[in-house]
Amino acid sequence: MIAEQSKQVEQGALGQDGRDDQDKAEVEGIAHAPSSTDTSAVEVVHVSRAKYLDVVAASKSEGFEMCSDLCAVDYLTYPAPRNLPDGIRPERFEVVVNLLSLSTAKRRRIRVQVPEEDPVVPSLFGLYPGVEAMEREAYDLMGISFDGHPDLTRILMPEDWEGHPLRKDYGVGRVPVQFKEAPGPR
Amino acid sequence: MSELSAGSDMESSLTEEFEEGSSRTLPEPSLIAETSEGRQEMYPRTSTDEIELRRQQGAVLRIPEAAATAVNEGEVEVSDDETMIINMGPQHPSTHGVLRVMMELDGETVLRSKPVIGYLHTGMEKTGEELSYVQGATNVTRMDYLSPLNNELVYSLAVESLLGVEIPERATWIRMLMSELNRISSHIMWLATNGMDLGSTSMMIYGFREREMILAFFEKVTGLRMNHNYIRPGGVAADLPDGWEEDVELICDTVPKRLEEYDELLTGQPIFRERTEGVGYLSAEEALALSATGPILRASGVPWDLRRTMPYLYYDEVEFDVVIGTYGDCFDRYAVRINEVRESVRIIRQVLEKMPLGDYRTQDKKVTPPPRARIDESMEALIHHFKIYTEGFRVPPGETYVAIESPRGELGCYMVSDGTSKPYRMHIRGPSFVNLQSLPPMLRGGLVADAVAVISSVDPVMGEVDR
Repeated sequence: MIAEQSKQVEQGALGQDGRDDQDKAEVEGIAHAPSSTDTSAVEVVHVSRAKYLDVVAASKSEGFEMCSDLCAVDYLTYPAPRNLPDGIRPERFEVVVNLLSLSTAKRRRIRVQVPEEDPVVPSLFGLYPGVEAMEREAYDLMGISFDGHPDLTRILMPEDWEGHPLRKDYGVGRVPVQFKEAPGPR
Repeated sequence: MSELSAGSDMESSLTEEFEEGSSRTLPEPSLIAETSEGRQEMYPRTSTDEIELRRQQGAVLRIPEAAATAVNEGEVEVSDDETMIINMGPQHPSTHGVLRVMMELDGETVLRSKPVIGYLHTGMEKTGEELSYVQGATNVTRMDYLSPLNNELVYSLAVESLLGVEIPERATWIRMLMSELNRISSHIMWLATNGMDLGSTSMMIYGFREREMILAFFEKVTGLRMNHNYIRPGGVAADLPDGWEEDVELICDTVPKRLEEYDELLTGQPIFRERTEGVGYLSAEEALALSATGPILRASGVPWDLRRTMPYLYYDEVEFDVVIGTYGDCFDRYAVRINEVRESVRIIRQVLEKMPLGDYRTQDKKVTPPPRARIDESMEALIHHFKIYTEGFRVPPGETYVAIESPRGELGCYMVSDGTSKPYRMHIRGPSFVNLQSLPPMLRGGLVADAVAVISSVDPVMGEVDR
């Protein structure tokens, strides 16, 4: 459920151009990040949505036994240049997956661009059951759907909450405090 | 009347949601509306689809595919009218705050279980985006309230990795000292509450007594017993007070003696062993697949400790052992924690020896305000001081993920900076939040009375679970 929200914030550089651009990005493969975004000594891999599942599956067979973290970022109001590698088209959302290899003590960070119009990515649940709660959290707070997740429901917010609070166009301090089943404002 | 109409509104919105979302059948809408938890609830078997059912049974581990199906095949078919779904929590004394676990029981045996969380959610990740990097540590320190210094540490390390500043040696050693002391206080607190959960109230009192000693030291150093805001980007807030060595030595001398007392009280105690041995078993494969970290993973026999395997601070310069268990049951998790306290004492003794003299925070003027004395004589220093505390310092654009070993497992911080003085996105990977997922496989097949022991052995801190 993606609640309709009024855009209180101006669209930044990532306008909603036609769908053909997006299709182009899907064709592109995997790109390694330029070293400037690589602020710590881990491998950062940018991947298109179409190859996302394949790349994670390949990483798993490469020896990344654990998915230590999964989160989403909303780049709606990001002022600085995104600094993505060639072939990766910036989109509003990004899903960031942190894989961990226990045998080689290495981390790999996989970043996927997720368009605003269609915020869906395949679920990693089949590969790493441990992402169950993390994907639910990303769905709850950022409104990204995970295709194939067994139980994609809100996890932290109340079930009847509207909107996804971590989105950048979700106002802070502009929403009256909601208590569950409290009578509405008089 | 108004109540009735509000209820039916909710029903209709819920059913709509379902029709567009998934195809599985649900119990009567009135049943859902009654609770206001909606789809987070656990439902009878007939209205739960297979993949979700397997998840709740704890058989989602398709890593060894054969093993998972074997679990399913061995499953005795239970019909809905023979089982009962009950709530444990959120106001249950053994749930360490506001954890709610829904359990399907067949007699006294737990078949499925589902943790329902979110009762303590205060939107700390969102708050973190509104606070400057200087203020941010006050926010994160309130997440895991039993190991606040570890939270501050991971936040500061993330900011520093984006800033690229060098931290003075003494500041790093102080950070190590404080986070190890915090590990001791957190583990002792866990021993206390675990004892309480299992009926050993004397353990509760002893545990709090020892923790008090460490909190008193924290108060001396940081000014506060909890939520210190002591470790900050750029170093620590203040140097250690005079005579800190004696205090730390006293802690190092007292804690191991008290641990021996705990050993007598609990480790060798037949009732305690009965209640924990073989209870809440979690295999290494399951722990890895469920991303469990910390004492849970180590109790299952995986020697993974970030302090050893991916060292941060100066952990590569001190000697300590990574404690692992064999069976992965509640007793192993207890044993891992109590022995980790001993290892922490070992580390602290080495820190005492190695503590160098020097600065306690970086001299980088971008991050550190000028000293008080300079403010009186220089207008620029005053402006500089004012700027840092009102506007904060700017952090170059970029993104980073930093992880440390908190008492509960891998505590990570994913931070995106956009070049301003506030983080663009601050995500905390809470070990308790992730570790809670291993609850269903641990509870499965056990007795409902053991659920208390199992929940306690996961050591969830709800402040961090819900953030």
